[in-house]
Amino acid sequence: MSDAASHISIQGVHKVFESGGQEVHALKAIDLEIPQGQFVCLLGPSGCGKSTLLNAVAGFSLATAGTITVNGTAITEPGPDRGMVFQEYALFPWMTVEQNVAFGLEIKGLEEAAIEAKVAELLAMLSLTDFRKRFPKDLSGGMRQRVAIARVLALDSPIMLMDEPFGALDALTRRNLQDELLRIWTELKKTILFVTHSIEEALYLADRTVVMTYRPGTVKRDLLVDLERPRDVASPAFNTLKKELSQLLMEEQSRHNQAEIRGAAVD
Amino acid sequence: MKGYRHAASGILVPLAALAFWQMLSTMGWVNATILPSPMAVLLKWWSYLRPLEVFDPAQGSYLKWCFTGELIQDAIGSLYRVLVGFTIGSGLALPLGLAMGYSRVAYGLFNPLVQVLRPIPPIAYIPLSILWFGLGNPPAVFLISIGAFFPVLMNTVAGVQNVDSIYLRVGRNLGASRLTQFTRIILPAATPYIFTGARIGMGTAFIVVIVSEMIAVNNGLGYRILEAREYLWSDKIIAGMFTIGLLGLGIDTLMSRLSSHLLKWHRGLEQG
Repeated sequence: MSDAASHISIQGVHKVFESGGQEVHALKAIDLEIPQGQFVCLLGPSGCGKSTLLNAVAGFSLATAGTITVNGTAITEPGPDRGMVFQEYALFPWMTVEQNVAFGLEIKGLEEAAIEAKVAELLAMLSLTDFRKRFPKDLSGGMRQRVAIARVLALDSPIMLMDEPFGALDALTRRNLQDELLRIWTELKKTILFVTHSIEEALYLADRTVVMTYRPGTVKRDLLVDLERPRDVASPAFNTLKKELSQLLMEEQSRHNQAEIRGAAVD
Repeated sequence: MKGYRHAASGILVPLAALAFWQMLSTMGWVNATILPSPMAVLLKWWSYLRPLEVFDPAQGSYLKWCFTGELIQDAIGSLYRVLVGFTIGSGLALPLGLAMGYSRVAYGLFNPLVQVLRPIPPIAYIPLSILWFGLGNPPAVFLISIGAFFPVLMNTVAGVQNVDSIYLRVGRNLGASRLTQFTRIILPAATPYIFTGARIGMGTAFIVVIVSEMIAVNNGLGYRILEAREYLWSDKIIAGMFTIGLLGLGIDTLMSRLSSHLLKWHRGLEQG
């Protein structure tokens, strides 16, 4: 933790996989140094490899070449030091809200009293206390994602990985959870790597937004978002940045579209 | 209100069938030996159900006396065989199914044999079962356990294989060991399938118990309706058949109640 210079270090990362007999170059020569406590958004059109990069950091699918290290240790497998929040919530449906949140703590082997206290604290933090005995099927999408966030926070991991966590939510719930996430991030000082395809979401949340290109995925623009929080999405400064990123994203989107048309023509 | 109407419409067809049946008998259109009237069946049912001896306090309690009726004794005999056979069959199928679902090696080793044996109906084992186990309960239990084995096995394998991989990813992300993944994620995720298998297995066990009682033992509901045929007691045959039907319905209802209680987290049960 002392070396705040580069908490997550991504160096020369390539990812190649096969799809339908063709080699797909998903990531190409990615270099990113992320200091402790930074909120980073990976932004790009679908197919730009932003989720691939997140999965590589999570350890679900390792890079073909290059290295990813956390506090100097190379990543070889998934682990509770890099808690992940998925777009599809992925709560265990057979566990109640509190059991879902407690699961990571039980794996860690904490004592029952300590687990109970920690779970109660997290449920309160995410306004879930009244829902603790419910099963996921009885919760709304926003509530489910709160539980998923609480489950990851329980791990006390210094890093949180978030794969389009609010993508399936309606606009109001989404803004609400974004504010909650910022509150938690300010309070707990975690490093967050957050994948999104929404420019506004990236600019609203992040310290730094990394725009990626469509295949092969490279860093197109690494932008520090130097706006005062809480951010006003209607302010001129916000909209200047939004316009700039829109332009970049449109270019990649049209490359994506052309690739699809070419693909369709070949088919 | 809607519930009552539903119940009323549900009873309509059975009542009509019963009336038609009664009419056939009253009008003398069918021979009473071939198809007795519903009333005759009901009376026979009662005499089959009630104790044969008069109550004698010297022989034991009143409650015990209530259970001395032939039908009760037959039902107990059949249920006992079903439960023992089902427990053995599903008890063997569950661990094998979990292993086959979880491990590709185990699947590769066992699946060919399972696929060859699975289509053989339990009834085809009757000659062998008598050869191996003689007469009495053992061959009956053997046949029933075969009947219960395959549905539980196939559903358990499918249940484990169909566990959504996202749950396993979450498990790895939270740092779960392989054992924890298995006991806390794979097993609960597979339970809806396993319960479905158990319910089908219980149904099969119930079919097989009737057949096995016709050949290997001298009590039980299956034995009784075969015996009644020897004497041309068609009223008793039909009374026995309805008893089998009601008992089967009762067991299935019990199992479905149990599974919806244990799987109250499961989304599918609400919609289904």
